[in-house]
Amino acid sequence: MAEIALNIDGREVRVEEGVTILEAAKSAGIEIPTLCYHRALSPFGACRLCSVEIIRNGRSRIVTSCNYPVGEGLVVNTKSPDTIEIRKMLIELLLARAPKAKIIQDLAKEYGVEKTRFKIEDPENLCILCGLCARICEERMGVSVINFVNRGIERKVKTPFQRTSDANLDACIACGACAFVCPTGAIKLEDITKKKPIPIPSEFDIGLTSRAAVYVPFPQAIPNVPVIDRERCIHFLTDKCKTCEEFCPAEAVDFEQEDEIIEEEVGAIVVATGAEVMDHTQFSIYGGGVHPDVISTMQLERMMNAAGPTGGEVLRPSDGAHPKEVVFISCVGSRDKRTGTGYCNKVCCMVMAKQAIMLKEHAPDTHSYIIYTVDRGPGGKIFEDFLTRAEKVGTTYMRGEIDSVSRQDGRLLLSGKDFLTDETFNIMADLVVLATGLMPNEDAARLFQTIHISYDSKNYLLQAHPKLRPVETAMDGVFIAGCAVAPTDVPESVAQGGAAAEYVLKLFSQEAIEAEPMTSIVDITRCAGCLLCRQVCPFQAIEAETLRDGRTVASINESICKGCGICVVACRPGAIKLRGFDDQQVLAEVMTL
Amino acid sequence: MSVEYQPKVIGFLCNWCSYAGADVAGTSRMDYPHNIRIIRVPCSGRVDPLFILKCFQRGADGVLISGCHPGDCHYTDGNYHARRRFALLREFLDYLGINKERLRLEWVSASEGQRFADLVSDFTTELANLGPRSGI
Repeated sequence: MAEIALNIDGREVRVEEGVTILEAAKSAGIEIPTLCYHRALSPFGACRLCSVEIIRNGRSRIVTSCNYPVGEGLVVNTKSPDTIEIRKMLIELLLARAPKAKIIQDLAKEYGVEKTRFKIEDPENLCILCGLCARICEERMGVSVINFVNRGIERKVKTPFQRTSDANLDACIACGACAFVCPTGAIKLEDITKKKPIPIPSEFDIGLTSRAAVYVPFPQAIPNVPVIDRERCIHFLTDKCKTCEEFCPAEAVDFEQEDEIIEEEVGAIVVATGAEVMDHTQFSIYGGGVHPDVISTMQLERMMNAAGPTGGEVLRPSDGAHPKEVVFISCVGSRDKRTGTGYCNKVCCMVMAKQAIMLKEHAPDTHSYIIYTVDRGPGGKIFEDFLTRAEKVGTTYMRGEIDSVSRQDGRLLLSGKDFLTDETFNIMADLVVLATGLMPNEDAARLFQTIHISYDSKNYLLQAHPKLRPVETAMDGVFIAGCAVAPTDVPESVAQGGAAAEYVLKLFSQEAIEAEPMTSIVDITRCAGCLLCRQVCPFQAIEAETLRDGRTVASINESICKGCGICVVACRPGAIKLRGFDDQQVLAEVMTL
Repeated sequence: MSVEYQPKVIGFLCNWCSYAGADVAGTSRMDYPHNIRIIRVPCSGRVDPLFILKCFQRGADGVLISGCHPGDCHYTDGNYHARRRFALLREFLDYLGINKERLRLEWVSASEGQRFADLVSDFTTELANLGPRSGI
């Protein structure tokens, strides 16, 4: 498109043809006040605050900059005395219409308007009839649930027939866009629909906050770019919206992008699929998913993080109060008899000890209990020091189990049994933290099947040997590291990762790959050429070969043959021999009976 | 009380699953009868019916063939070949005058050490109850 030049406040501004004065001014960094303009919506010219003075052909005019297109040689003055006067008048009128609106009070202060000369009809009114809500509902959300009704002084924004429609018949999708764009806070979602907006829980903050449909999965994500949640994005639901596209200056939003299958040939694979933390809401026996103040160690971790949803403050989800008494329950979903898988997850004890220490640092009047069933911690050089430190800051370690968690007077009552004294106890707590165990990723087993490596009944990977070959699998060239094998802590994962990388380098630095010598060979003098072997070979390693005398025999490609021996059994004349496992060798073992 | 009959059992175990499973049973120090003599084969599909008959001929009381669970074969489908051969051979054993309960095919994965130990105990007890073998 052609570029044109215009003059705004004495500066030459070059913009593309077809944009409005307001957009041109914005691109030049010149601010023009407006209440009804939205980048993603059609200009409306309702608030008139964006009025500017233009000079064309030597004649001066006042126009609304939000819907006046630029022209070659246009001279614009955004701060002329006439413009300022007009804006002041508009602010007075707006102040009479919505005296309590914060944004208008701020504007009045900025322009030195102290009070309005006009009659205030309704001191509680906030709506300034900018039409942003109606436009976003129609143009972007594509539902048109609200619009203007009546005319003149009766004009209002309403739903059809001015009623909060029945939730079941409602076209409103409760997206909340109207309330979001409203500059004065006049729109309340509950006035429009009985439907409740459904927040999208943030995966990274484990449901402590909600996120948008277009979001960066977590800080430091690689690549650190936003993604679109297709299940929730309005564009994918109604084929409308695309608001984000309007705001992206790099024009990087692409709604057509599809998942791609990228094929690569590789020489080795390191499987480091990690593990997931179990969802604490499934452990209702400890109040998980029942009481809001029963949270997981991961949630507490996010709360204690300065960049987390609460800015580093530990707050009870139910009322936002600072908890004084905190109870940690260990081994949930791991070693605990009632909820567990029966083995230690290695990381939870240290997480609890760290969090108990940090809670004390956050608020010195916090007292933590750690209820453990078997061991206080995993032992070892550094770990023991750390556990002692947790005890020194006043953490109460109790060996026992919790039988019930119930709500009483806004707090949580925990009843349990102390294993050491064999007596029952009750603890009143403000916050209960479940140290939930780890489990393999949901689709880990599918991946393991794809690359033909063995895994156990809990979907953890199997090592080639648990002691001597801990980062190798039975499959050549496939190595493993971290929680894909079993719950593993950080130093161990780092060591395994390093070892796996080293194994790959060892493999790659060889001049030639050593293959198993256990392959099948054909004795062509005995082969009848039936090629039954070719049919049963799972690797297509057997082909027909025509000899000089015209006979057809089977021929085995030794670099493809994996040495399973299926062809040996299938061979009726007994012409195929599997090196290392030929009939004589196996039978020799049998003959020792 | 008479001394319980100690049967001789031969186990053909595939290298990738059952042999590793037996290894797990061993490294985990699980108890199972020492009546079984394990012969390692690359795949349960390598087990020739001839081997089994030879075992019985040499005086074995029972033969166990064990491989990866269906779908888990290291060589894609070797265990399916084993399963078909087993089905045929088992019917043939009656003709030879051998109780077909003396031949078993079981799937044991590399992680199922306990399953392997239980299986061997169960098979040995069953063979002990059957007593010395007649037939070939």
